[in-house]
Amino acid sequence: MTRICRGGRGDFLANAATVINNPAVNFWKALSNSIIVSTAVSVSTVVLSTLAGYAFAKLRFKGSGPLLIAVVATMAVPVQLGIVPLYILMQRFGWTGNIGAVIIPGLVTAFGVFWMTQYIQQSLPTELIEAARVDGCSMIRTFWHVGLPAARPAAAMLFLFTFVTSWNNFMWPYIVLDQQSPTLPVSLSILQANYFVDYSLVLAGVLLATVPLLLLFMFAGRQLVSGIMQGAVKG
Amino acid sequence: MTTTKPHTEVPTPRGPERRPAPLTMRQRMGRWDVKFSPYLYIAPFWIVFAIVGLFPIFYTAVISFQEWDLVRNTGTMVGFDNFAFVLQDREFWLSLRNTFSIFLLSSVPQLVAATFIAAMLDKNIRAKTFWRMGVLLPYVVAPVAVALIFSNMFGDRYGLINSFLNDIGLSSIMWHVDVIPSHVAIATMVNFRWTGYNALILLAAMQAIPRDLYEAAAIDGAGTMRRFFSVTLPQIRPTMIFVIITSTIGGLQIFDEPRMFDTNGQGGSNHQWETIALYLYNKGWVDFDFGRAAAVAWILFLIIIAIGLLNLFITRRFIAGDAGASTKKSKKVTK
Repeated sequence: MTRICRGGRGDFLANAATVINNPAVNFWKALSNSIIVSTAVSVSTVVLSTLAGYAFAKLRFKGSGPLLIAVVATMAVPVQLGIVPLYILMQRFGWTGNIGAVIIPGLVTAFGVFWMTQYIQQSLPTELIEAARVDGCSMIRTFWHVGLPAARPAAAMLFLFTFVTSWNNFMWPYIVLDQQSPTLPVSLSILQANYFVDYSLVLAGVLLATVPLLLLFMFAGRQLVSGIMQGAVKG
Repeated sequence: MTTTKPHTEVPTPRGPERRPAPLTMRQRMGRWDVKFSPYLYIAPFWIVFAIVGLFPIFYTAVISFQEWDLVRNTGTMVGFDNFAFVLQDREFWLSLRNTFSIFLLSSVPQLVAATFIAAMLDKNIRAKTFWRMGVLLPYVVAPVAVALIFSNMFGDRYGLINSFLNDIGLSSIMWHVDVIPSHVAIATMVNFRWTGYNALILLAAMQAIPRDLYEAAAIDGAGTMRRFFSVTLPQIRPTMIFVIITSTIGGLQIFDEPRMFDTNGQGGSNHQWETIALYLYNKGWVDFDFGRAAAVAWILFLIIIAIGLLNLFITRRFIAGDAGASTKKSKKVTK
């Protein structure tokens, strides 16, 4: 370990192997957990946000105005406000150390609902919905065949955002998970521990944890860019 | 809708009130569908929010008045003891100071840099998408990873930055010992992550500026700098305020970077870079005093609300001022 460090000769593969094979880092478990958590959270957020956003944007129902304002208001509530009771709750359920404890709070976000509401309001003509209804589509079929296709671009962006945020999320997973079953940032944090501070190893670990997201970014970064820029114009 | 297709309906009974025909099963289902579907669609959000948002908020309030027993997992009421403790704790005030100091050190340079980058990207450059993606790249790197790299670079003895300083004949800076240097180091990590992101938001605002404003300014003899300060900056002001507000809310909750800044993660031997979020974590999951942690959470929430309101107040004045300025300008143009 020290030889590699002192020699200064780049041997990334050896360093990567040291990180991966170190039982304390628990790399493969962390990687699979991160993939499961980020995927579950993003898929659920997109589906539930689109459903709610569609209802807020295009359906008439009592109390829709105040309810939408309530959604926006919840965006201002910091995550850290509820972190203590959430931990107690997870403890009661016996979910500490289980990735379910990270997935459940991320199932849907107020930001997602607001984002989809904004988009559907502007991009989906109400006439299309009415036409489908006149043709005898039930409400859910109308959503499926008219609402969902129209919302697809915004849904893709929301998916990307949620995935990146969830992948990088640290504080809550760090509190509720342990090193037996961590996500990548949680397992990465152990590289900072005393016996480990070794520049090349840290860099190898960082690279390993970041590569999956970099790959995603290479393919979808363009959409992420336009998502941020569009959100800025609307917001 | 129900009366236009008589052949599907039961004949209307001739009563004096002329009541509408009793609905068929299908129609009744349809009505229920229309009436209750919207609530069904927004229900998942509210259920999740009730469990992981609403309940914790109120329960945090309850816990903050309790002394929490970890073994029995219940609390006993102690009134304002936890708040009193926190507000009399020197560590809390230090963490408040650190949070604001790091916030200022990150937000101000960040805004300047983001505006500059946005202005560069707003020029007609080649490979637009490439540059935009490049600017956004730091955003997708996990803060923990960023913190690992930067805390190494800012190492007191063997760090890259100190060896560079030594090479050019300056003395080392004790990034992990002194207060302000540690804040600068942490602010650097925050800036690394968010500058590009904010630059894109500002770029979007800049691209929405009507190009004839620039032409008019150019005809009036304004140079590049003058156009930037007299056209671009006033036009993107609302977006800038949006960026400031979001970065304030985020900046007050900063946790990852200070936690990962050294091997202990406690915010430094003298709490040099302990932020409020880190203080909350230390109370909750180092001391395991949930009552005090809950009290900290509420205090943090109140601070965020106070600053949010302050922001709103300032924003209103700014935007009002901006509107006034732009009408003045348009009058000039029409003359």
